[in-house]
Amino acid sequence: MTQDNATAGGGRFPPTRWSVIEAAQSPDGAERKRALETLCAAYWKPVYKYVRLRWNRSAPDAQDLTQGFFAEMLERELLNRFDAAKSRLRTYLRICVDSFVMNEDKAARRQKRGGNVQHLALDFAGVEEELSVATLDPASLASPESLEEYFEKEWVRSLFGLAVEDLRRRCLENDRERTFHLFEAYDLEDDDQVSYERLAGHFGIAVTDVTNALAWARREFRKIALERLREICGSEDEFQREAKAAFGWEAPQ
Amino acid sequence: MKFLSDKALTRLRDGAELPDLAGTRYRLLGQVARGGMGVVYAAEDETLRRRVALKVLEVPGEEGELAGRLIREARVLALLEHPGIVPVHDVGSLADGRVFYTMKFVEGQRLDQYISTVASLPDRLRVFLRICDAVAFAHARDVLHRDLKPANVMVGPFGEVLVMDWGLAKILGSANKPASEGAESGATVLQTEALSAAGDNSTETSGVTGHGTVMGTPGYMSPEQARGDVHLLDARSDIFSLGAVLRYLLKKDASASASDTRLDRSLEAVCAKATAADPAGRYPSVQELALDISRYLDGLAVGAHRESLLEKSLRFYRRYRFFILLILAYLVMRLLLLVFLKR
Repeated sequence: MTQDNATAGGGRFPPTRWSVIEAAQSPDGAERKRALETLCAAYWKPVYKYVRLRWNRSAPDAQDLTQGFFAEMLERELLNRFDAAKSRLRTYLRICVDSFVMNEDKAARRQKRGGNVQHLALDFAGVEEELSVATLDPASLASPESLEEYFEKEWVRSLFGLAVEDLRRRCLENDRERTFHLFEAYDLEDDDQVSYERLAGHFGIAVTDVTNALAWARREFRKIALERLREICGSEDEFQREAKAAFGWEAPQ
Repeated sequence: MKFLSDKALTRLRDGAELPDLAGTRYRLLGQVARGGMGVVYAAEDETLRRRVALKVLEVPGEEGELAGRLIREARVLALLEHPGIVPVHDVGSLADGRVFYTMKFVEGQRLDQYISTVASLPDRLRVFLRICDAVAFAHARDVLHRDLKPANVMVGPFGEVLVMDWGLAKILGSANKPASEGAESGATVLQTEALSAAGDNSTETSGVTGHGTVMGTPGYMSPEQARGDVHLLDARSDIFSLGAVLRYLLKKDASASASDTRLDRSLEAVCAKATAADPAGRYPSVQELALDISRYLDGLAVGAHRESLLEKSLRFYRRYRFFILLILAYLVMRLLLLVFLKR
């Protein structure tokens, strides 16, 4: 499995209601592999960052543990034990990571995996850069709530990052490259000076064109992110709850 | 893959949350409120050039339970044409796949906010009577509200009282046909898929909480509703909630004098009867509850409370105070006149 495949999800969007949970329990090996790819694409970064900060592991150790975790997930069919009625997939995976790290006999397992397990091609150097940008103190992750919060935030970042990449691809396929550049400049860059007028001037188009392009891009982004999310949820109920969490919608009063 | 900063995440969330009104006759003005079912925005109907409230689900899809509930809520509102119930204008799906409906934009205050500005107990009771009117009308159409509470009542600038948020409403069996007819007449934009997602009449009959799920607000929902005994719910469940609302209005009455407090035993008795744990001990209908409140306002004895002789006398005095004082004044004058003439 390559990172490109993992992050892009093969560039395909499954028919509606394809769920990683169902696919992980499929008798078809290719389907199970695809499930792991989808799951890995959404979760490897949060898992890696979580291991680095929560368990205070060095970069090589965390890389090894992240690889090992996803390998073990496939080997031990951990997803088969997940019950969507009892918890969210996100919480379940975080607990699995904790359990995995706690039980890790570093030397033995690394030796074991070194020979037999195919390593995932993950961009750990890129994540290290992200971690160096973040000014997070590991001590602030002391409570279970803060751990859950941190893992959720990184999961949302990963999910949105994948959706942005999908959107970029969709824009290129539909000759809407400029639309993506507008979206990137206004919604993704940390430029406080940016405005619709400035973008219109920069691209030589009317302000209404900027408005329309951004409305389209945001609609597509939302749609893609929700499609991605639906894939990694075990039930409609979980999807609803995770959509609220991902988009910051408040829980019902 | 591009790293997304926290600021970018916030912008993406904000941008994705706003409903896409492209292709509709509405223009977004701003967010008004957020509830369990979705978000309410102020929007302008550009065709009729009027402000409306647009309630939209957060998550797209016309097949989920929430979408079904939102459409059912719109249908219930379409069924209940009454001055005390917010009217629905339109229902449909947005370009981003989210189900929405529009209704009258109610300017005013929620009852819990409004009540702090109303010192007079009779004024509060008159507001309560208007709530009873709306709920009694709904019951006459076989609709239970199931989430009556001060936050779900709006009081407009001209004193109009509107019962809001019918998202948990249950249509009882005999109202199936009118419910369907009402929804169809109001569904000007509703797509076929959305209609089928809302289910047929039999789905409505079973109710959203037909499987025993507890929905409602603690402190205001009846014990049978809190237990999830959906099959036991009838008008008396809403009467319990009305009793709780009444109690809220009474407790919020800071202006009550000592003599009022004594008389308020009648109102306490009304509250106690409306909120009896056993449905059989409550008022059999909203009209009867409203009648007791009207009797109280008219200075008459309420059915829920057996008065002592002292209470009767005090009430009699309060009701006929003017005439009693007039007669007393007359008698005093006569007495003084007699004394003066005898001298």
